[in-house]
Amino acid sequence: MTAYDEHRLAELIKALPPAPAAWVEAAQELPLVHARLDDIVARAEADAAFREALIADLEEALRLEGYEPDAISLDELRRRLES
Amino acid sequence: MQLASLPDAQLVARCRKGDEEAWRELVARFSRYVFAISTQAFRLRSEDAEDVFQEVFARTYQHLEKLRDDEAIRPWIGQLTRRLCIDRLRASSREEIVDPEALPGDVDEVMTTLDEALAVHEAMAELTENCREILDRFFARDESYQTIGSALEIPSGTIASRISRCLARLREIFEGRNPAPGASS
Repeated sequence: MTAYDEHRLAELIKALPPAPAAWVEAAQELPLVHARLDDIVARAEADAAFREALIADLEEALRLEGYEPDAISLDELRRRLES
Repeated sequence: MQLASLPDAQLVARCRKGDEEAWRELVARFSRYVFAISTQAFRLRSEDAEDVFQEVFARTYQHLEKLRDDEAIRPWIGQLTRRLCIDRLRASSREEIVDPEALPGDVDEVMTTLDEALAVHEAMAELTENCREILDRFFARDESYQTIGSALEIPSGTIASRISRCLARLREIFEGRNPAPGASS
């Protein structure tokens, strides 16, 4: 298969540079993020006051309960709380 | 068998069972591909490319249960990335009042090259770790001989010959995985 000589292989290696490390790490942490979401939603279902606080001011309520809002998909959480 | 050498289907099956290390490997395996589609084929701005990148893996994670064919994860991710890039370009075009059909003209050509590149990177998994590192650092990360030599603790004067040997070995591996049409077995 002469189409893939060393020069062509080098070009193809070069065609896939690494994605920014922070992007990769964020995507790799998705299972952890989902576990946090599950935990928050379960608490909101069991605790009406917590649910109301979340709906009133999501980020502040999360902070007060010790969750770091930056590490949570807020859009996804809002969607799940509204459903 | 190490996660990095697991076939796609087995890796997906392990992700579906909640294996977090398998998920990390899946992201690592396809991260360059997704990044390259958005930045090379569709030439998205960095912030848009990042949004697409995270959306691709979020949807992949959510849809693991629904995948009909675990072997098809690669084209599935490729198509999903492509679709999300087009959505992003159309959304941008609405904001910037440009022709919504004005997508980059050579997308198919670039996608074909990226598919080939992904196959080559897979073949690199069969190289020794040292060879893999040298080729990746020199070609994909654009590092100098000096930087590579320092990082891998090898004389920088030997890097060129090592690159040549590693490329020759990669060619053997790649041709073994992708025999020329009509080649006798």
